[in-house]
Amino acid sequence: MAVLVLLEFDASGIKQPSRSAVAAAVALGEVHALVAGVDLGAAAAAAAKVAGVSKVLTAESPALDHLLAEPAAALLVALAPTYTHILAATTAVGKNVLPRVAALLDVQPISDISGVIDADTFVRPIYAGNGMATVKSSDAKKVITVRAASFDPVAAEGGSASIEPVSLGDLPGISKFISAELSKSERPELTAARVVISGGRGMQNGDNFALLDPIADKLGAAVGASRAAVDAGFVPNEFQVGQTGKIVAPELYIAVGISGAIQHLAGMKDSKVIVAINKDEEAPIFQVADYGLVADLFTALPELAAELERS
Amino acid sequence: MKVLVPVKRVVDYNVKVRVKTDKTGIETSGVKMSMNPFDEIAVEEAVRLKEKGVATEIVAISMGVPQCAETIRTALAMGADRGILVETDVDLQPLAVAKLLKAIADEEKPGLIILGKQAIDDDMSATGPMLAALLGWSQGTFASKLAVEGDVITVTREVDGGLETVALNLPSIITTDLRLNEPRYASLPNIMKARKKTIDNKKPADLGVDPTPRLTIVRVDEPPKRKAGQMVKSVAELVSKLRTEAKVI
Repeated sequence: MAVLVLLEFDASGIKQPSRSAVAAAVALGEVHALVAGVDLGAAAAAAAKVAGVSKVLTAESPALDHLLAEPAAALLVALAPTYTHILAATTAVGKNVLPRVAALLDVQPISDISGVIDADTFVRPIYAGNGMATVKSSDAKKVITVRAASFDPVAAEGGSASIEPVSLGDLPGISKFISAELSKSERPELTAARVVISGGRGMQNGDNFALLDPIADKLGAAVGASRAAVDAGFVPNEFQVGQTGKIVAPELYIAVGISGAIQHLAGMKDSKVIVAINKDEEAPIFQVADYGLVADLFTALPELAAELERS
Repeated sequence: MKVLVPVKRVVDYNVKVRVKTDKTGIETSGVKMSMNPFDEIAVEEAVRLKEKGVATEIVAISMGVPQCAETIRTALAMGADRGILVETDVDLQPLAVAKLLKAIADEEKPGLIILGKQAIDDDMSATGPMLAALLGWSQGTFASKLAVEGDVITVTREVDGGLETVALNLPSIITTDLRLNEPRYASLPNIMKARKKTIDNKKPADLGVDPTPRLTIVRVDEPPKRKAGQMVKSVAELVSKLRTEAKVI
């Protein structure tokens, strides 16, 4: 039996966190991928090219547009009998849909895995990453969300899977999509960016986040924030990096005016290189930083922008 | 409309947790316990719905050791009307919790159940959608705004990259995100009043549920430690080291 991965996509192709979920799935068996929604031609073609995928299932229906949990879970449950594992990335979609699938299958889901030991045994962070739990499932079928930051995504190109439409049964109509208000940004998504620069309470207000822009532009970085900065209303919640926000693991993470609360560290401490700029030399962020600079961010940020510009 | 609010007793979010030396779990003895922060937001939202005249009664539910009654008392002090404690020493996982909550919902027949989006101990983020599945109800997870009109609840959800608004048929399950509201502190008179409110005790067997965990914790390890870093004296030194030493820019 094979494993099934629910893929998310947009106009530019299969999203990176979904390709990380495929990377985890490859360790478990032959990988089939599911794309669901409307106008699936481009998404199915993109899915068929994803490395490691042997078959793409397409579920085309207006009811599946936006992947609302109620119909999407019903679809996955209908497909479940021929699969040993059902996976998705730990994203807003994965966290919304997969637990619903698990309950309908009478399975305890295994959320946000960071490692695969064998077909039944997985590693997942608990307590905001302060413990790494190895858990073994006694369920016959496993329903899993995958922490994208812990698995290098498989290549978007190189595969040549077959594409097969699935027949759709009744999908529940108890929920309806009304609208989406997605932030318009030229910058990469937080969870996919090679470089992330985040501001904390030390930024003092939302306008000062503009000080991060020239640096982000120069480095091709995504801009993030600590929960303290979000709670204070400086920036919207989708900027939040941390236990209750997004988990990131970029090549370079620059924390500016962030003290380093446990819940923030949980979201970024797997970054390859961490830089901390803070005027308080006692700030806990320095304990996880590879490079620490004790400085007033209002002088350090313009200097950093100028220094990067120089070369 | 009756509203149920499940509340979980967890290690307080300010506590620096430690892995037990025998690697069987996290040290919880002698550690301050509190209501899961997202559940506080759930209680607050239910109380606001009652203040608006949408909710008629709020029932706070907790499960686990007898001390979970304290967590229910906190919810009662914030404005919940009565409590239900499901007492067990079994390690309850989301599937068991969802089944127990379904059994209670079958008895209580609420119009809305509001839960935290995740508990800050096991970080599973699963119970809300699982309960919705078992009841066959709609679900509005990661809610930052909600409005009830007739038989429909409109929910603004915090999704990757922004907000999404959905309309859900009632009865429904809501899970709370950070910005839904700011929970109130219970006033002293309300804390006193909460002592007189009733808490019913039940056992999983009373609800016809087998709470046996499906996941075995093989072991819990400390997360890998990061190597000690270095302090730099200037922005110029920082940029130079990022270029030549770390080679990330």
